[in-house]
Formats: sequence, structure tokens, C-alpha cells
Amino acid sequence: MRQVAATVAGQVDISIEQELFGGSQARSSAPEEIGLLERLRQGDEAAFASLVDRHHGALLRLAMAYVSDRSIAEEVVQETWMGVLEGVDRFEGRSSLKTWIFRILTNKAKTRGVRESRHVSFSPLAASQENPEEPAVDPTRFQTTGHWAGYWVSYPQPWDENTPEKLLLSQEGTTFLEQAIEALPGKLRQIIVMRDVEGLSSDEACNILGISETNQRVLLHRARSRVRKALEKYLEGGVRPA
Amino acid sequence: MTREDIKIYVLDSLAGRMTCREFVEIVTDYLEGSMTFWERIRFHLHLGLCFGCRVYLRQMKQAIHTLGRLPQEPVPPAVREQLLERFRNTSLHRPW
Repeated sequence: MRQVAATVAGQVDISIEQELFGGSQARSSAPEEIGLLERLRQGDEAAFASLVDRHHGALLRLAMAYVSDRSIAEEVVQETWMGVLEGVDRFEGRSSLKTWIFRILTNKAKTRGVRESRHVSFSPLAASQENPEEPAVDPTRFQTTGHWAGYWVSYPQPWDENTPEKLLLSQEGTTFLEQAIEALPGKLRQIIVMRDVEGLSSDEACNILGISETNQRVLLHRARSRVRKALEKYLEGGVRPA
Repeated sequence: MTREDIKIYVLDSLAGRMTCREFVEIVTDYLEGSMTFWERIRFHLHLGLCFGCRVYLRQMKQAIHTLGRLPQEPVPPAVREQLLERFRNTSLHRPW
């Protein structure tokens, strides 16, 4: 799923549908994960190494959504791995292994975040997170009067069918997207990383974040709308990564 | 009646008037499968009649799809080695 493959347009379409509509239910551990866990419990170093290789990057990305400082995020990830080793005997496989590890990370990160926030002044980004009325699209893009009030002034421009591949094949595109995620306030960033980058189901994300399904959807909506907006600027307007 | 007039008549009478502005706010509800049957019907009616919103939905799907394919940072070798070292010092580790 994460490989950047050159796919023909039709296939991309199908895979998008599958990714969006498949697996919205919480998953329990896959057989392959159970095997890995079993080996880990038996003290198999290679099993641990494989777990680290598989999830370390994702954990770092998620940690960065909680704590602003990269070196602190790295520490949080290290603590998470230690937490995994301490807790592995108690893990029952009712959630996927990834979800379980993510939950350990968020707990460690939150503890850390609370400690850090005492030293960090209130940021303007945190304030914008509080606006529940934030529109998905700039209101000036819609007509305000007449028969067509509320309809597009001019239509959004279709993107190239191979946009995902093209964007990710260039370092600049990847950097731009990473920055678009980084620009999101904490909660929006956490939710979009869990749901769209890491592919957790809404149940899993709600569970980890301790929020209601409705709340989760509102946050996800705002996060996705902002990312789409940023990509639109990049693809059409020549905005470049900072 | 022009084509546009017919279009708006259909939109108003069948779908209950859904504006594009409303459409873009419920896209996530649609993608998350959290709409009621009738909400979905309204959504689809608007979608069928509005090119701009079809493009918008498509862009949203492409954005989500791109996010799901972002490459992961590889584990720095030093960090990896450090973690494995710590693993060897836990009670889990049984060298044989």
C-alpha cells in the first residue's frame, strides 16, 4: 500500500475505493502479527527488529503530532518501544498490534506533552484549532447572491489522474505534503496521521484518542479539507515548500 | 427554459436544494459512510448534476490516497542498534 508504483488510472481508482471504504471496522491482530508476537515473547531479537523496522517511522511521525520538538519526539518513540517490551506479555490481540503500539505512544506522548506545555507559550495555531465553524473551502469561492448563491464561482480544476504518484515521486512534492501535515494544529494532525497516513479505522482512532465518532469525523474533515486546500495551491498555483 | 434552469429546477425539487457550499462540508460524512439513506440520495443527486463538486470529491479522494502513500522515514542505524541493545537487556531476551 505504501509503495509508489506507477499504476494506470483505472487501477488507482479502484484502489482508492478499496482503501476508503474497506475496513472501517476495528481490526484484531492479523495471523502474521500473532506469529511475530509469539516470537517476540520468546525473546526473538529478529522479531523485535522487524517490528522496529516496520513501525518506527510511523511512531516518529505520530509523536511529532504531539510534541513540537523532534528530539523529544524521538525520546517518546524510544520510551514507546520500551513500553512495548514491558507490555507484550499482557497484549491480548484484541486490537491490531499497530493500534496497540500507537496507544502506548499516545500515552507516553501526552504525558510528555503536558510536561512540555508548561514551558511553551500559547501558540496561534492552537487557537485556530478551536474554530468549529472553519469552512472547508474559502467562502469567496462560492457565489453569494442570486439564483446560484452557494454554488461555485468557478469550478475547481481537475487534477491529473496520477496525482498521488507524481506528487510522491518528487522530493519537493513529498516535502510539501509533509509540511501541509505539520502545519495542522495538534488534534487535526494526530487524526489525519492515524486515519489517512497510517490507515487506522475510525474505531481505532476514536479508541486511541478517547473521542466520540462524531468528534473524530469533524476533526478529520477539517484536517482533510486543509490538506486538500494546500495541495490545490501547490498543484495549481506553484506554491513551493518552505 | 435553459439547460441551467432545468438543472436548478431538478436540484431544488428533487434533492432539496443542496448548494456546493453545503456539499463540501459533508464530503467526509459521505466518505466515512456515516450518512443516512436520504442524505446519501441528496448527496448523489447533487454530485450527478454538479461538475465542480465531482472534481472536488475526486480531489479529496486523491489527497487521501496520497497521504496513505507517504514514505516512512527509515530507522537510523544508530537508533536501531540502541533499541536492539536495550532489548537484549530486558527480561524478554533469552539468548540461545
